[in-house]
Order: sequence, then structure tokens, then C-alpha cells
Amino acid sequence: MYNRPHLRLLSLALAVAFALTALWPAATLTAQDNPLTAGVSNKFAGTELRLIFANHPWNNTIQRLIPAFEQASGMSLRIESYFEDQLSQKLQVGLTSGTSTADAFMFRPLQEGRLFAKNGWLFDLKAFAEADKDWNWEDFQEAARGTVTFEGIVFGVPIVTERQVLYYRKDLFAAKGLSVPTTLEELEAAAKALNDPANGIAGIVMRGQRAAAVTQFSSFLYSFGADWTKEDGTSGLDTPEARAAYEFYGRLLREYGPQGTTNMSWPQAVAVLQQGKAAMWIDADSLFLNATDPTRSTVAKDIGFAPFPAGPAGARQYNITSWALGINELSENKEAAWEFVKWATSAPVVMELQKSGNPGPRISVWESPEGLSGFPTEYAEVAKLQSARGVGYDRPRVISVGRARDIVGAPIVVAIEGGNLEAALKEAHEQFNAFLKEDR
Amino acid sequence: MDFLNRHVRATFVLPAVIFVIAMMIVPILYTSYLSLHVWSGSARRAPEFVGLSNYERLFTRDPRFGDAVARTFVFTGIAVGAELVLGLGVALLINGKFLGHNLVKTLILLPMVATPVAIGMAWLLLYEPNIGALNALLRALNLPPQDFLGSSSTALLWLAVVDIWQWTPLMALILLAGLAALPEEPYEAARVDGANTWQRFTRLTLPLLFPTIIAATLLRSIDALKTFDIIYTMTRGGPGFATETINTYGYIQAFEYFQLGQASSLLIVFFTLILGVSLFFIRFRRRWGAAL
Repeated sequence: MYNRPHLRLLSLALAVAFALTALWPAATLTAQDNPLTAGVSNKFAGTELRLIFANHPWNNTIQRLIPAFEQASGMSLRIESYFEDQLSQKLQVGLTSGTSTADAFMFRPLQEGRLFAKNGWLFDLKAFAEADKDWNWEDFQEAARGTVTFEGIVFGVPIVTERQVLYYRKDLFAAKGLSVPTTLEELEAAAKALNDPANGIAGIVMRGQRAAAVTQFSSFLYSFGADWTKEDGTSGLDTPEARAAYEFYGRLLREYGPQGTTNMSWPQAVAVLQQGKAAMWIDADSLFLNATDPTRSTVAKDIGFAPFPAGPAGARQYNITSWALGINELSENKEAAWEFVKWATSAPVVMELQKSGNPGPRISVWESPEGLSGFPTEYAEVAKLQSARGVGYDRPRVISVGRARDIVGAPIVVAIEGGNLEAALKEAHEQFNAFLKEDR
Repeated sequence: MDFLNRHVRATFVLPAVIFVIAMMIVPILYTSYLSLHVWSGSARRAPEFVGLSNYERLFTRDPRFGDAVARTFVFTGIAVGAELVLGLGVALLINGKFLGHNLVKTLILLPMVATPVAIGMAWLLLYEPNIGALNALLRALNLPPQDFLGSSSTALLWLAVVDIWQWTPLMALILLAGLAALPEEPYEAARVDGANTWQRFTRLTLPLLFPTIIAATLLRSIDALKTFDIIYTMTRGGPGFATETINTYGYIQAFEYFQLGQASSLLIVFFTLILGVSLFFIRFRRRWGAAL
């Protein structure tokens, strides 16, 4: 929590800086010979598109490329950027009241996607996506395509993907002569061996805050062979596998974690790692710069990456689409907006974005060495391996995701505190079942 | 003009009446209306009437609500109780004239002036269990470091400490004003009769100050019941739901779950509770005031 205001300030500064660069005349780029804009049509020249983006590295990179698109298409883009929670509220308020004039926007398909789709706010892109063979919808990872599809509607195009990885301190592992854990058992053994409270170093740090922890706990749940829901759509929290997963996650943080994990989301958890106070951190790979950037992390040079360790049911880490682009159902410029979305998600642009450190959804980009060149070598190997496997969701797939996360997240806190997990799970199971019945 | 002249009295109260209607009556009525509906805030999907089922749910099927109500009162009790005792102590201490009394009286008000969110952030740093200042101090004194906000059983207490730190000055300020207004004569009479300091405090100061104490407690209690900023910035109701009060739960229902009907019913219950507490204090004070 302490570094959040700094982050906000930083992103504000970045947003301003990038807004300025976007206003700058893009005289240096020439339209015709730019391979990035090869397929862009100028059919919609003169149209002004309004876009709402999140303050996200993807946004920062695409803003650098947009002048070329504007030149090739003759369109002008007006972009607003918001912090992710504000973005979500801004979209909901604008879309519910029908006053939003945005033509296209960034959104989190797993957090808001079903709600937006159910409320009819997102234009169905299925026809567009399947019509354009050159753009090649098939080149998007299957899990990514699945994430943006709901009841036969394609409600967005994936732009950013992420997977859970194990960040570890190479120096501490070497000092103890430990090898990198490949199973959850080895993970616990390593956490135990490296936990050194006397010197202020925790074996492992992860999120423990009720709702925030849910996504990072999901890989544990899947790897123990459980899931949020059963095949019949009822709560899956009453299975022995689910219980074992909760117990394991709680034990790791209780026995080998730093103090106060129950109030930690990722900024607090990564701060512990950055200060050299934890030997391992498990979280989204898209956050890697927080660990490896020497201006932010005192242990940047010692950070190693490893795939999520395998549990009794294998290594089933999440592999999700964290951000997508959608088109407003009420937009009057849907075709022009599609021209932009198509460009921003075309193979050359995704390549460019990924080279700048934004893990994308395209198989062809992951398979080309050039597509991996923007990442630290170890990260690239792990991400490539994990991008081809895993589960396509990191939280319950429901409409009211916020409520669901609070319900299934509550037992995580109880598990960390070593409380009565059985009772907590029983209650969460009942609450979740009642919730699932209502969530239509 | 004639019309206005003929209705001078009505004209002068009108702005206040309009204000009360627009800013208080209308929102309360609208909230009551919403509390009988299910609505996600969508302009394209009208609120659906469900009768009292939002209330039924709160009281029978929602354990978070009951816990939040209990917690709200525990928090208020701890915070206001401590503020009253400390505030009275501070008021007695700085009552009267001494060197630099104006400076002291000004300095002591500083916590009250600060923004609660900023205070929350600052205390969060102090409380941080791994690199925070308080644990560094404890370690230096060879005492075991604390989890502070990280433990379900103590988090609410540590939040109350922040509230106490911030609002004791207000309590002291009100009580100080009360002390200043006390008549001199009873004290002179008591001194003549040989009453010692403690007797003068318990037999004179406390009873004479009682109406002020009640007023101050009422003011602080209403405020403490509504505490939101400190809790939301520091724990967001966590760990788990251990510091979730009615207000933070209402906020989550409305702006994270977008269940505006449910949130409205919760707020109506909350409104009734606060109204009850206020009426209780007012009647209590009236009875006591009459007895004096």
C-alpha cells in the first residue's frame, strides 16, 4: 500500500507524457512503406474515433504506434486513459446510462466481460473476426478466444495475456544449494529451507487479501485437481481437492510467509520481494518489471523465473487474457472502430507490442524468436512454455465477479490465519451455491 | 413583490426548506424506494420491484451484515470510549492559563485537521509489519513484533487506535469549552468546605460537565458509526471481513457489486440505527438536564 501513491503518480506522469507524445505531429513515420500499417484501409478517412484505455504498458506502447495508423487510415483517434478501477467504473457508468460516446475501449474480459456482454454493451465481433482471413482469428490462442466468447458471441479481441510464474532469488537458492522447485511439495520444502525470520527473510510471499488473492490462488486450486465450479455449475468448494489446495496455500503463507500477508495484494507482496525480504514470489508474469527493474527492485539482478510447480493434478497454472478491446454496441462508427481494433491486434503490431514487453495472444508471435526478444531470456522460456498450457480463467466465470471473489476468497484468509478452514469452506460453499443460482 | 411581501415569513425560510427537501428528504425517499427493488444501475434495465426481500435477506441470509453491524458498534464503543476518557484528561490538563497555553491548544488540534485518507496511508506505513516503523521500534525494544492490521482478531482494534489518535482532540476541545463555562461559585464553596481535588472532580466537575459530555459523545458516536475513509484505505474491510463495518459493506454492495437495491436497504437500516442512537442520547440528556 505504501508504494501505491507513487505508482499512481508515476502512471499519471506517464499518461500525461504519452498524451503529449500522441499530440505531437508524427512527422517521422511514413505511411506507405511502414509494414505495421500495410493492411490499413483509408475507407474511413476523416472519422474521429473515441477510445478509452487503461493505464497499462500496452497502452503506452500502442500510443507510440498510433500516429502511423492515423496517417495510413486518415482517421483521428481521441484517447482517454484511466487507472483500471476508475476505468471499470467509468465504463459501467457511461454504458449503463447509455451516455458513453466511446467507440472502442479496453476492458478485462474475466472481470467485466460477462456483465458487459449480458447487458448488451459490447458489439458482437464474430462476423468481423471470422470474415477477415488475413487478420487470422485462428492465430489467437484457443484459451484467449474462449475467454472473449460467451454464449456464441465474440465480445472482444484479446490484447494482453498473462500466466502465473514463480519468481525466485537465485542468490538465496544458490547459497543453500537448492534447486528450483518443480512440484508444489518441493515448493514447500524450498520455502521452509529459505524461511529465515531472524534475518527478516520470508520463504515465500504471495497475495493474501480476500478478493485479490483469488486469482493467484486459482493455479493452486487447479493443480490440486479442483475448480471453482463443478460440471453441473454448482460450487466446487466442497471437494477434498479444493480443501487441500486452500490448506496448502494458507500453510505456505502462515508458516513461511512474511507478516501481514492477509492485507497484501500484489503491490504489497512485490514490495517485500523488492526489499529483499522474500526468497520467492508467485504472481502474474506480466508484473515482471516490478521484480527485474533495478530502479524499483533492490534484488533485480538476482531474480529468476520458473514455471508454476506441478501439483497432484499436474502444473495447471492459469493462462488468461487479462485485457481485450471491445466495440461499444451504441457506437455509430463500428466499422471504423473495427478497422482500428483489427490493426491493433494484427500480427505485425502484436509482434511490435510483444517486443516492447507486452505478452500478447498470438501463437505465431510466441513461436517466433523475435517475439521473445523483448523479455529476459528466462522469462521468455517460461512464458513460452506456459502460454501453450494452463487454464483460461483465474477466477470464477460468472457475471458478478466481485461478489464471487469475496465469497471464494474468504476461506483463503481463514487458511492463512490457521482458523477453522472446514467451517469457512462449508459456509463459502453454501454462499457460493446461493450466489450461482442468483447470478443470471 | 406583493406576493412575497404578503408571505415574508415563508419567503425567508424557503431556501432552507428547499435545501432540506432537495438534499435530505429526496435522497432518503429515493433510497427507500430503491431498497424495495433489485437494480444494477443500468438505465436500460429498470429497477425490478421485490418488496421487502432485500431486508429479509439482510436479516436472515446474510451473515456479513450482522457481523458488520456488531463490528460497527464495537468499533464505535472502543473508539468513543477511549476518546472520552483521554479527551477529558487532556481537557483538564490544558484547562486554565499557563505559559504557552494557546500554542498547546492549537497544536493538539492538528490531527483533527488532517485528511483521513492521508492519515490512513501514514498509519499504514507505521503499522506495516515487515518494514514499518512500529515494529522496528518493538524490535529495538526487544519486544515481539505485531501483525497489527494483518490479524483478524486485532485489526479492528488497531483501526480504532487511529480513530482515537485523530479524534481525541475534538473531544478535548468540546470538553474544554464545557469546562470554561462552569460557574466558579460551587468550587469556592467546596474549597471552603474542605473538599479535596478528587472530590471536587467527582462531585462537581463531572456532574456539571455531564450535559457537555453527552453532547460530545453523541457527536463523536454518530461520526464514528459512519467511519469509512480510515477503514477503506487501510484494510478495505479485511483481513477477510474482520474490519468490515456497515458503511464499508454498503459501499462494496453498491459500487463493487452494483447491487443498488440491496445497498439501499442496508443504508436504510443503518439510517434507522443512527437515528435511534441519536434519539436515545437526546432523551437521555433531556432527562439529566431536567434533574440538574
